[in-house]
Amino acid sequence: MSRLASEAAAAKRRQHAVVCAALGDETRLSLVAALAAGEPRSIVELSGGAKITRQAITKHLRVLEQAGIVHCLRAGRHSLFRFDPAPMHELEDYLRRVSEQWDEVLARLKSLVEG
Amino acid sequence: MQNEIEKRLELKAPVARVWRALTDHREFGSWFRVNIESPFVPGQMAQGQITYPGYEHLRWQAVIQKMEPERLFSFTWHPYAVDPKHDYSHETPTLVQFRLEETATGTLLVLTESGFDKLPDERRADALRMNDGGWTEQMKNIERHVAAG
Repeated sequence: MSRLASEAAAAKRRQHAVVCAALGDETRLSLVAALAAGEPRSIVELSGGAKITRQAITKHLRVLEQAGIVHCLRAGRHSLFRFDPAPMHELEDYLRRVSEQWDEVLARLKSLVEG
Repeated sequence: MQNEIEKRLELKAPVARVWRALTDHREFGSWFRVNIESPFVPGQMAQGQITYPGYEHLRWQAVIQKMEPERLFSFTWHPYAVDPKHDYSHETPTLVQFRLEETATGTLLVLTESGFDKLPDERRADALRMNDGGWTEQMKNIERHVAAG
């Protein structure tokens, strides 16, 4: 595998790690997957087919809302939930920057020991 | 699943040479770009003035964790601690580990940095703000250089 390809693979692994760390729960992960696919959804839509109660779904959505990963929109008497990728992107960007800084630092270490 | 950075680097140098470059505070300072004031001792803080151009006004600090000769060197620190007015000491530091393995051609260095999930959100925002076009461009140049070499 080329250096760039392995870097890309490593970046992808990191991205998954970040997403999982931010969510840390299988139910929330599936809620995010459902919302990330497109339109804002209601709790009723999100709980369709799920084995857990609407109350439990609501609780999970509130956790995601606190993390800024979903936002709640009022539509008449209903609440709709919308996905927001920004917090995840921000964390990814941060890790990418730290990672790039290590590349630079380690390149200097390499020149020193191989010189 | 872990929330960490991992780098693997093949070095054409004996393990003993790499170990010295990592743990001799003067050698470490030469590639890490920091003027470290005293030898590394596990459990103790290491510090010095950053020598990287543009960041010379900043202090560098880390707490040395493990020094297992020619195998493992580790420290904890606060990455991107770039605001001299900000007190980072109450934040959970990240853990940096350098692991060495002898190979047929020299040494395999595996670097990991972990614990980013514990950084407060405001600090991640800081890290984004400190970035500018010039810095990004420079990173790319170095990456191209390393990839070509």
